[in-house]
Amino acid sequence: MAITGQEIESSFLFGRLTLDKFPLDVPIVVGTFAVVAVGGAALVAVVTYFRLWGYLWRDWLTSVDHKKIGIMYMILGMVMFLRGFADAIMMRLQQVWAFNGSEGYLNAHHYDQIFTAHGTIMIFFVAMPFITGLMNFVVPLQIGARDVSFPFLNNFSFWMTVGGAVLVMISLFVGEFAMTGWLAFPPLSGIVASPTEGVDYYIWGLQIAGVGTTLSGINLLVTILKMRCPGMTLMRMPVFTWTALCTNVLIVATFPVLTATLVLLALDRYLGMNFFTNDLGGNPMLYVNLIWIWGHPEVYILVLPAFGIFSEVTATFCGKRLFGYNSMVYATICITILSYLVWLHHFFTMGSGPSVNSFFGIATMIISIPTGAKVFNWLFTMYRGRIRFELPMMWTVAFMLTFCIGGMTGVMLAVPPADFVLHNSLFLVAHFHNVIIGGVVYGVFAGINYWWPKAFGFRLNEFWGRVSFWCWVVGFWVAFMPLYIVGLMGVTRRLRTFDDPSLQVYFAIAALGALLIAAGIGAMLMQFYVSIRDRDQLRDTTGDIWGGRTLEWSTSSPPPDYNFAVTPVVYDVDAWQDMKEHGYQRPLSDFKPIHMPRNTGAGIILAGISTALGFALVWHIWWLAAVSFLALILGAILHTFNYNRDFHIPAATVTATEDARSRALGQAGQTA
Amino acid sequence: MSTPIITEPTDPRVFHPEEEPHHPEGHSTPLGFWIYLMSDCLIFATLFGTFAVLGQRYGGGPGPKELFDLWLIALNTAMLLFSSITYGFAMLAMHRGDQKEVMKWLGITAGFGLAFLAIELYEFNHLIHIGAGPGRSAFLSAFFTLVGTHGLHVTFGLIWMAALVLQVRKHGLTSANQRRLECLSMFWHFLDVIWIGVFTFVYLMGMI
Repeated sequence: MAITGQEIESSFLFGRLTLDKFPLDVPIVVGTFAVVAVGGAALVAVVTYFRLWGYLWRDWLTSVDHKKIGIMYMILGMVMFLRGFADAIMMRLQQVWAFNGSEGYLNAHHYDQIFTAHGTIMIFFVAMPFITGLMNFVVPLQIGARDVSFPFLNNFSFWMTVGGAVLVMISLFVGEFAMTGWLAFPPLSGIVASPTEGVDYYIWGLQIAGVGTTLSGINLLVTILKMRCPGMTLMRMPVFTWTALCTNVLIVATFPVLTATLVLLALDRYLGMNFFTNDLGGNPMLYVNLIWIWGHPEVYILVLPAFGIFSEVTATFCGKRLFGYNSMVYATICITILSYLVWLHHFFTMGSGPSVNSFFGIATMIISIPTGAKVFNWLFTMYRGRIRFELPMMWTVAFMLTFCIGGMTGVMLAVPPADFVLHNSLFLVAHFHNVIIGGVVYGVFAGINYWWPKAFGFRLNEFWGRVSFWCWVVGFWVAFMPLYIVGLMGVTRRLRTFDDPSLQVYFAIAALGALLIAAGIGAMLMQFYVSIRDRDQLRDTTGDIWGGRTLEWSTSSPPPDYNFAVTPVVYDVDAWQDMKEHGYQRPLSDFKPIHMPRNTGAGIILAGISTALGFALVWHIWWLAAVSFLALILGAILHTFNYNRDFHIPAATVTATEDARSRALGQAGQTA
Repeated sequence: MSTPIITEPTDPRVFHPEEEPHHPEGHSTPLGFWIYLMSDCLIFATLFGTFAVLGQRYGGGPGPKELFDLWLIALNTAMLLFSSITYGFAMLAMHRGDQKEVMKWLGITAGFGLAFLAIELYEFNHLIHIGAGPGRSAFLSAFFTLVGTHGLHVTFGLIWMAALVLQVRKHGLTSANQRRLECLSMFWHFLDVIWIGVFTFVYLMGMI
């Protein structure tokens, strides 16, 4: 048999989990735990005091309503964003500190976990929930549907994502997280070099969340293909829905590869197999290839919907039809296909030879063509438009400026000889933060500011939004420009201490930038708080606060449970604009009962059991693994014995809801 | 959808259909299940790819010629192919509405499935017993994982079949149950296709 690492003590009841696995000797972790515990206890106390448990359970946790699930995804993303950003601040502080012989304040054991957790959390538990949340909330509204194709599956997917996040968060307080970097390359992540539970937390956290992502991808894909309202042909879909379609195609086509790859790594670690080991024929580079076959499309999974958001925002706030709708759609499809053909540019240094490297280098550069076409489309939409610089539009302009620079450094990295110099340097780190923050994060913020009024019926505070915007945009450049420079000088990523004192000033500037971004995040939280506090002044009763062009603006804000009292018929890309121009009248009577899915607790329960299974596998608690696995199978089967999954909203309820909307609209008419 | 889809602008425009488009429960299940199968297919594609890379790396251990008994595998293949035919008979009976026949053919299908699993387990046990377990070499890791993943799918198919037998017995051949039987049918035939790939690429080509 292969080498299975050093022997680790294990008991029947708790597996490898012992008291000394709780990091009580690390003050940072204990302090964090105290804050989390106090905060959590306060939250539980508030919910209990106001007797909200029943409401939470019935109306949110078990809800199959795509709008509520979308909002819950956004909350998950926001919470995990704070965690991921805390990691970032700690890294910046360490790197500015550890000069002139100083070790900084983090030892290698701790620092390596932090950069791994930062990457893992930001991609899987921040960017993915944000994007999935926006797609969940917006897509059914944009296609004139009442819910997704598989509402229960949607709830289950969300809770699986939460389960993965919970497992990663547990690793902060129980044991340790991986110390391998966010993609856990073997042989470092193999059992010989990483014998403890860190990599196992990584594997099972991502596997559980990955199941949720795959299922949610299938769900949204089928929803877009099957649930569009009459008249909405594929080429009349809003661009955001098009990008969501392409993103979900990519999810379905790549997440299984991630799942399989992590299974193979787990088999190496648990059963002593030899896929990625250095013994008995194993090949670590196979893992690197497989993980990037998922990993490269993943960045397009994140950025395509962001492109969709910018398209919606640009058209709305310039008051005109999006320039080049068809080319936008075809550019999206081109990027979808090309994203599959470039994975090797992440490791030109593997040594696959000049011909292979040239192919992947050229393929990578070709992607900048459809992306460039998109940027020109947005610019031409703005050209001679009546631009309103509301917050979503500001984020969009900031995106175009930031993302173009990030894209250009991407083309630099796509040149294999240049990549041999820049590979694994801070230049690379600056590049991908440039495109992910400038593209995905700004897109999400534009989306939040744009659709918040739709979700809650009041818009976000403008002042704090602007403060947040400027802190972010300035902070980003201050934080990452120095990394470009030192990266070009040859400083590699993931370093904990530095020998050359002349570099310190760059890290000091970068740390300052990170603080500015922290202020931006603080201002954004303040924006949410102030907006919720002043919601009555900020209220929108029209349902169409921005003068929108797509169907989600045709219904009330927040939309009723059933989204549309009567299904709309579509004649144009900008369906709602077309309706407004042709004297659309809301139907006021003759409503029919509406067929809706019923809420169920099965999703949260099954995901909870999955999380327990993941925890058991991390700690080798075999009895718990067996029990929870059986419970999972039995629970899933039991759920299929429930045939009672839908109900009808009575016509009287629909009429009452629509009458209330009429009164609100009348009021809006008087004040306007 | 029974309502005609209006796409060309009329004057004045009709912004709401005369009759609400009806999405009966499960109308998109077949498409959704197809897409799931394709995603599952990609898991197998990854495992086949892994086998293609690692399948010749014996790590100084035994190779396919020393390990595989083609007659046993041929028998196993026959079991799985027959089970697909008998599942087809169950579906034909379902379309005739003959519940008793459906149960009979499902039972026979499950029998063939169990026989397949039994032979596979025998083979695995034999290999591990002679020291050719999954940890012996990269080739054997890839072999056990690819073939074992298929076997796990067959196992889940059998559990699903058992649950469906209970549900058909309880509720009859309702539209919901017919849909479920159709999904399992797709799943079962899909596993057959995968097995043909395994038989060809792992066993037959391993013997060349």
